[in-house]
Amino acid sequence: MSDILEPQTFRVTRADLVRYAGASGDFNPIHWSDRVATSVGLPGVIAHGMFTMALVGRAVTAWAGAPDAVVEFNVRFSRPVPVPDTDEGTEVVVTATVREITDDGNTRLALTATCQGEKVLSLAQATIRKR
Amino acid sequence: MPLDQSFVGRSWPATEPYLVGREKIREFARAIGAADAEYHDPEAARALGYADVVAPPTFPVVITMSASRQIVEDPALGLDYSRVVHGDQRFAYARPVVAGDALVCVNSVDEITSRGGHDFLTTRTEVSTADGESVVTVWSKLVQRGEH
Repeated sequence: MSDILEPQTFRVTRADLVRYAGASGDFNPIHWSDRVATSVGLPGVIAHGMFTMALVGRAVTAWAGAPDAVVEFNVRFSRPVPVPDTDEGTEVVVTATVREITDDGNTRLALTATCQGEKVLSLAQATIRKR
Repeated sequence: MPLDQSFVGRSWPATEPYLVGREKIREFARAIGAADAEYHDPEAARALGYADVVAPPTFPVVITMSASRQIVEDPALGLDYSRVVHGDQRFAYARPVVAGDALVCVNSVDEITSRGGHDFLTTRTEVSTADGESVVTVWSKLVQRGEH
């Protein structure tokens, strides 16, 4: 594993948010109704923070090479991810750098996620188990 | 109205067991676009040493978000959910969630703070099997935005 991991790009559409709402049980209307989202000061429908975190989790497990390798995972949601009602939706780009190898041999990654060039997470990191 | 500080340090009785279904894990994995065989195929998961399909890392929120209603929906806390946004999220795993697990949640309030007109509530949920085996600890920080 090199120090800078290959960035991973995820497309996010309204259909993804509807599907995530159903699978997760999070039916907050700011994730499917422009009317409700704009009424609370958002630019429009935004992705569930936990959907963004799930995409970052996919990147982390792909880098780790195992679906069960994550021992710690934390993020701060610093900016919403607006998802326009288009076929293209938007894109979230996830990057990681190796921050350290812990005393017990695990690898700590510093993570970023950006949408339209803006960072949407801060203080994001994951620790993955030694294989 | 600030949040009721007397909630800090409180814990709640364990929730009723949540039975993790194989199809629920598959549904969640499909919804996040995760195609790893171990999320879908019991044989692939068994090859990794698990009894059935394993769940992606953020799956525990399906269980903890529902469990934390016993805190956030308590009127005495004073949380206005229409002004709440998700601030931070953290997981510390003992092992992945596996289909067939019967999981109970013990919720606590770790911290309540105010800053810049906003209120911050940090909850901690210990997720374990009904037999007492630790599976994952989940922290969520919710932000109640100021009214002005």
